[in-house]
Amino acid sequence: MDAMGVVEGGFKKDIPSFRIGDTIRVGIKVIEGDKERLQPFEGIVIARKGTGTREMFTMRKISYGVGVERIFPLYSPMIDSFEVIKEGRVRRAKIYYLRGKKGKAAKVKEKAFSAAAHTTT
Amino acid sequence: MKSMLGKKIGMTQIFGEDGRIIPVTVIEAGPCRVVQVREADKDGYSALQLGFDEIRKKKNVSKAMLGHFTKSSLPAFRLLKEMKMEGFNLGDTITVELFSKGEKVSLTGTSKGKGFQGVMKRHHYAGGPASHGSMFYRAPGSIGSSSFPSRVWKNKGLPGHMGDEKATVKNIEVVEVKKEQNIMLVKGAVPGANGGYLIISKEG
Repeated sequence: MDAMGVVEGGFKKDIPSFRIGDTIRVGIKVIEGDKERLQPFEGIVIARKGTGTREMFTMRKISYGVGVERIFPLYSPMIDSFEVIKEGRVRRAKIYYLRGKKGKAAKVKEKAFSAAAHTTT
Repeated sequence: MKSMLGKKIGMTQIFGEDGRIIPVTVIEAGPCRVVQVREADKDGYSALQLGFDEIRKKKNVSKAMLGHFTKSSLPAFRLLKEMKMEGFNLGDTITVELFSKGEKVSLTGTSKGKGFQGVMKRHHYAGGPASHGSMFYRAPGSIGSSSFPSRVWKNKGLPGHMGDEKATVKNIEVVEVKKEQNIMLVKGAVPGANGGYLIISKEG
């Protein structure tokens, strides 16, 4: 009997494939008192860490001139929706260098033939 | 007191209701069978002998043990343990439903063997400075006075074999019970290697 599989098999699987440098939008469930609402968070994926059900990813965006980073477990039940908005072309697995950049230098070049760009337009 | 036998499968993590990650240990708990009932007027004490982890091939059971299991007309088990508990008869099956979500249990197992270890790892001695000409690194130091007591006190912590001994963790929360698969999830770590046997118990 695969007891580990029984426990880990219950995680959701409808997560689109996204890579480092992609711009994605996630809908986060926010519980206020006894009400639940969705809060969107849009940003660039700058890191993906871990394997299997333990995988985490980091998103970064500039909000009113302030850099904001949020780290989520990939299989978190608090993430309601995933949407890949733009596919970025980057050359490394972690694009932490964006933290030190400002303005145009902090942008990630879009992929020439981006599947996401074609489907959204 | 209620207890049962199980096997540590390994650790993973699940998400709680608020979306937070809970580190859990997966335990294959039961099903256990009552192989023998110890009675106060016959054996001098009352207890239940539980069997866990069935042996399917007859050739893997010694003739002596086979006789013991045939007596109670049960299959052979790898692990037999006597537990101080009541309310079950000979041949009864104890499943993971004995425990429920949210309960605090004690888990007893055999800790991982560490081999022959020094005092810093085994007894948390501070050791000496690593540099500045120090020549005293990981040694135990003085182990007692001279004229009195002229011997080393009992239980003085010294190097020796560490681990591979009985270890119990208490007040561990049961996070989930899956009765179809005989699986129990408890919060945090439990003693022993994956595949090691565990006694799951709760006082009262």
